[in-house]
Amino acid sequence: MSPVLKLIAQRVALGLLLLFMVSVLIFIGTLILPGDVAQSILGQSATPEALANLRRDLGLNDPPVQRYFAWLGGVLQGDLGTALTSGQDIASVMWARLENTLFLAFWAAVISVPLAIFLGLLAVRYRDRWPDKLISGVTLASISVPEFLIAYVLMFFIGVKLRWLNPTAIGFRPDADVLSKLEAIALPVAVLTLVVLAHMMRMTRAAILNVMQSAYIETAELKGLSLFSVIWRHAFPNSIAPVVNVVMLNLAYLVVGVVVIEVVFVYPGMGQYLVDHVSKRDVPVVQACGLIFAAVYIGLNLIADIVSIVSNPRLRHPK
Amino acid sequence: MNNHMDYLKQRVLAGLMSRREFIGRAGALGVSAAFANTMLSHAVHAAGPKKGGTIRMGFQGGSTTDSLDPALATNQVALMVIRMWGESLTELGDDGSIQGKVAESFSSSPDARIWTFRVRQGLTFSNGQPVTAEDVVATIDRHAGEDTKSGALGIIRGIKSAKADGRDVIIELESPNADLPYLIGDYHLAIQPNGGKDAPDAAIGTGPYILKEVEMGVRFVAEKNPNYWGDLGHAQTLELLVINDNTARVAALQSGQVDMIDRVPPRTAGLVARAPNINVHKTSGPGHYVFIMHCDTAPFDNNDVRLALKYGINRQEMVDKILFGYGSVGNDTPINASYPMFTELPQREYDPEKAAFHMKKSGYDGPIVLRTSDNSFPGAPDAAALFQQSCAGAGINLEVKREPNDGYWSEVWNKQPFCTSYWGGRPVQDQMFSTAYLSSADWNDTRFKNEQFDQLLIAARAELDQGKRKQMYADMGTILHNEGGLICPMFNDFIDASSDRLAGWVEGVNGFALMNSYAPLRMWVA
Repeated sequence: MSPVLKLIAQRVALGLLLLFMVSVLIFIGTLILPGDVAQSILGQSATPEALANLRRDLGLNDPPVQRYFAWLGGVLQGDLGTALTSGQDIASVMWARLENTLFLAFWAAVISVPLAIFLGLLAVRYRDRWPDKLISGVTLASISVPEFLIAYVLMFFIGVKLRWLNPTAIGFRPDADVLSKLEAIALPVAVLTLVVLAHMMRMTRAAILNVMQSAYIETAELKGLSLFSVIWRHAFPNSIAPVVNVVMLNLAYLVVGVVVIEVVFVYPGMGQYLVDHVSKRDVPVVQACGLIFAAVYIGLNLIADIVSIVSNPRLRHPK
Repeated sequence: MNNHMDYLKQRVLAGLMSRREFIGRAGALGVSAAFANTMLSHAVHAAGPKKGGTIRMGFQGGSTTDSLDPALATNQVALMVIRMWGESLTELGDDGSIQGKVAESFSSSPDARIWTFRVRQGLTFSNGQPVTAEDVVATIDRHAGEDTKSGALGIIRGIKSAKADGRDVIIELESPNADLPYLIGDYHLAIQPNGGKDAPDAAIGTGPYILKEVEMGVRFVAEKNPNYWGDLGHAQTLELLVINDNTARVAALQSGQVDMIDRVPPRTAGLVARAPNINVHKTSGPGHYVFIMHCDTAPFDNNDVRLALKYGINRQEMVDKILFGYGSVGNDTPINASYPMFTELPQREYDPEKAAFHMKKSGYDGPIVLRTSDNSFPGAPDAAALFQQSCAGAGINLEVKREPNDGYWSEVWNKQPFCTSYWGGRPVQDQMFSTAYLSSADWNDTRFKNEQFDQLLIAARAELDQGKRKQMYADMGTILHNEGGLICPMFNDFIDASSDRLAGWVEGVNGFALMNSYAPLRMWVA
C-alpha cells in the first residue's frame, strides 16, 4: 500500500476514535454543568409540577449511561435525534445552519488565505524595510484586539456612521441570490479576515525566511533571478508544508471558532445554534454540533498532513 | 405662530417637508426640538393610522430552542409572536383596566366565585373555523391538564371547572377571586382551535396577523389577517428579527435595518436618543430589581438583621448609577404606581444610624454573604458593590460573592439565603402577592410566611368593594415593608426605541415593554 493511502486509513480510524471520545466528553460535560434541560427551559418561572412533567416527557429520568447509548445507537444509524427543547429534527435544522456557516467561512477563506500568503511574500521581499514593518504591525494589531471589539468598531463606523454596509447580517436569507447574500455578510467577512490574517501571514513569512537561508537559494540568486521569482519559484514550494498546516488551522477556526462573530452580527450559523442549546442543556444538539466541529478539525488536519507529504518528495518516495 | 406651526405640520404630513426640516423651522419660531417632536407626533396621531407597509423589529430574548406552543412561551420574542397570531379572553387596557378580547363581555356571581365569559359573536380563527365556547374550555383544560408544562399553570390552578353553555363559558373557582378577568388575559392562554390539543404549535388563533415564515431564534414574518375582527394591525407585513446582542440591536436601528427595538441599554439610551431620526420611549412598569433574603434562614430569620440591611441601602444612588435614571426608587414592596390599587407608603431612606442600631439590636455581628451574577439583573454585580459600600457606612460587613450566569436560576436563586434577582411584575397585586409572598407559593423566594398576610390576601380576593380591597392591599404592603425578606431598591423602566419611519407610539401603556407588546400592532408606517 502506498504510504499516503496507509496514512489516510490510519488517520481516518484515529479520527473516528477521537470523535467517539469527544462525544463521551461532551456528554459528561453537559452532565456536570449545573441545572438540567427542564430547569433551563422553564427558567425562573419553573413550578415543581411543570418541572416534573417536563423531565418525564424528555426522558430525563432514565440513567445517563442508558441515555448516552440510546443516542449513540441512533447516530450509528444516521439519526441525530430531535432537540429536547423545541422537538425539531436536529439533522435538518443543523444542516441548514452548517451551510450558512460554511458560506461565511468559505468567503472569509477566499479572501484571507491568498491575501495572507501574498502579504507574507511581500514582507519577505521587503524584509526589515517599511512595507514589512507596516504589514506586520497592522496584522499583529488586528489579531491582538479581541474580535468582538473589531466587530463593534467596524459596525459603528462603516455600518452606522458611513452607511457603506449593513451593520448586522440580519438581512441574510439562505434562498437569496449570491450578491445580496455577500452584501449581508460583508462586515463579518472583513472582521474574520482581520482576525486570521496575521497568523497565516507571519507563518508564511517565517517559513520562507527559513528556506531563504538554504544553499540552493543562494545558487538561484547567483543565477541572476529576481528576488521575487526566487521566493515564488524556489522558496515558496519548499515552505508549503508549514504554511498549509497553519492555513488549515485557521480554516478550522473559520468554521468552529466563529461563534462570537456569528452572535455579534446575528448571523444564523452553527455558532448561534450551539450557544442557544448549550445554555438550555439540550444535550443531543450539543452532541451533534460537537461531532460536526470535531469532524471539521480532524478532517482539515488530515488534509494538512496529506498535503505536507505530497509536497515533500522525500516523504512521497520513502526508501 | 400657532397658525404657522399648523401649516408646517400639514406640510410634514403631506410629505412635503422632512421631520428634520420641521424641527429646524420650529426652532426658528422659538420652539424647542423636543417640543417640536412632540407636536409633530401629535399631528401624525391626529391624522390617523396609515394602512400597509412593513414594520421590521429587532428584539432581544428569542432562542433557537423556542417553541410556537403558547404554553411554553418564556421570553419577549415568544410573547410578541403570540400577540401577532393569538388572543386571550381578555386584555389589559392602557390605563390598567381590563377589557374583553375573545370574550365580548364577562360577569361574576356576587361572591366572585363563578364567572361567565361570553365569546364574541362571529369570531373566526385564522383557518376560517368559528370560535366556540368549547374551544375556550379546551384551552383552559390543556393548560390545567395533568401533564401540563404551561407557564400559566399557577394562574389556572384555582379553576375548579370550566364548561361551555352556548356562547358562554362558565368558570367555577375553588375560592372567590375578583381578579379572574385579569388573570385569564395572560398571554399563555391564547385561545386555540380545540384548545391546541391537536396541534399546540400550529399558531392558529384570532389575532391580527398570520405567521408566514418561522425560523426559531432568527426571524418571523407575519401577514395581516384579512378577516381580523378588531382595529389592531396597520402594517401589511411584520418582520421580527431576533437580535440578542445589545450593540448590534442598536446599530441595526441606527442604520435603518429595523424600525423598532426593545431593551435599549440604560447606559447608552441617552446617546441613542440624540440621533434626530430615533425616538427613545421610556415606560415605567412593575418590573423591579431586588435583593432577597430567606426569612427562615439565619441570620436573616431575625427581623432586625433584615431591617438593618433595608436601612443600609441607598436607593436613589442605585437608580442613578445602575439604571442611569431610567427607573424609580422602590420601597421594599413589589408594588408600585403601575398597579391598579396602589397606596403609597412612607418612603424608607438610607439611614446608616438606624441600620447600625438594628444590627446591634439583632446581636449578629458576623459577615453577611450576598450572591450575585450578571444575569440576575443588568448591572447586578455593580449594584451589589454599591450595597456593600453603603452597608460599610453603617458598619455592616457585607461580602459579595460573584456566581456564574450559567445555572444561576437553578443553583443560587431560591436556594441561597441572600442573592440578587429580578421580578417582571404582574398586572394586579393579588397575582404578584400570590406568586411570591403567600406562605404556600411555589416561588416564595424570600421564604416569607406570615399568617396575617395570608389571611388578608385570601380575604381581598373575595372583596368586591374596591375601597376596602385597596385598604387590605395597603396593609399587606406595610407588613412586607416592615417584616418581609425583600429589599427592593428600584423599579426599572422599559426602554424601547423606534425610528421616525413609524408613528403611533402611546406613552405610559400599562403591562409589558413595547406598549404591553402591542407596539407593532398599534403603530404604523408613517
